[in-house]
Amino acid sequence: MPDSELALAHHFVDLDQQHDAATLGMWVFLVTEIMFFGGLFAGYALYRSIYPAAFGHGSRLCDVTLGAINTVVLISSSLTMALAVRAAQLGLRARLIAFLAATLLLGSLFLGIKFLEYSHKFHEHLVPGAGFGYSGPNSRQVQLFLCFYFGMTGLHALHMVIGVGVLLVLMVLAWRGHITPLRSNSVEVAGLYWHFVDIVWIFLFPLLYLVDLHK
Amino acid sequence: MTRHIVSPKVYLLVFAVLIALTAATTQVARFDFGPLNVVAALTIAAIKATLVVLFFMHLIHSSHRTKVVLAAGVLWLIILISLLLSDVLTRGWLPAPKAW
Repeated sequence: MPDSELALAHHFVDLDQQHDAATLGMWVFLVTEIMFFGGLFAGYALYRSIYPAAFGHGSRLCDVTLGAINTVVLISSSLTMALAVRAAQLGLRARLIAFLAATLLLGSLFLGIKFLEYSHKFHEHLVPGAGFGYSGPNSRQVQLFLCFYFGMTGLHALHMVIGVGVLLVLMVLAWRGHITPLRSNSVEVAGLYWHFVDIVWIFLFPLLYLVDLHK
Repeated sequence: MTRHIVSPKVYLLVFAVLIALTAATTQVARFDFGPLNVVAALTIAAIKATLVVLFFMHLIHSSHRTKVVLAAGVLWLIILISLLLSDVLTRGWLPAPKAW
């Protein structure tokens, strides 16, 4: 049987419809993710406008250098992911595996740097809760900022961990030769997810690290 | 055929612009522009997000249906944030009657 017949699931009319359904399904999921992170962004915007001074103090506890490095790392991983999708569409198996591996490494590097930032916060007793040790003014509101910081970056990091898992599965599939130009929807859809997680960070970085830097 | 294969040159160009905008937003944040700091940060972030959506996520080559789905998501996000802030931040603008 030719690959075009093997690649087509029986409930689709043709490969184009199958491809449209796969990408549309992912976009619908990403819209629910927009609302999921949107609630947190809305809460952050609200409390930041109620406690501007304390959120300024809290924001300056973030390490801008590490945050900027992580932004570059994540944008680079989006580039390698986009190139992986292209390799999958063209059926370049070795290149696909290489770009997936590069994306995996950059994603892991992001998580490593995030871990470093979190461990600094733990050592400085800047984690919300019983052991919170910030002694400056507006300590309670600074703690609220750090709740948003850990909540939002933590959920973002969780999405990264899931993305890394997806990349591992795709690498196995590519290695076994299951990904062909006609069966590249999985890589394309994983790419959409990965780029979405990148976009969340594109908003998190300026809002958490940058907007109060000048004060 | 709905699958449009993008040239690596396009990806590299978008990547270069994204890195340049990251450098720009980090530098702009070091100066005090008052309330414009937030506006600048969000504008640059929105431009970066748009570039990622259009080129890395291929929205520019996607069907109208996909575009409508994303537009609906963004619309609801705007409703969520604008109604929340316009409620809470305008409380107390008008005196509320203490008792009838």
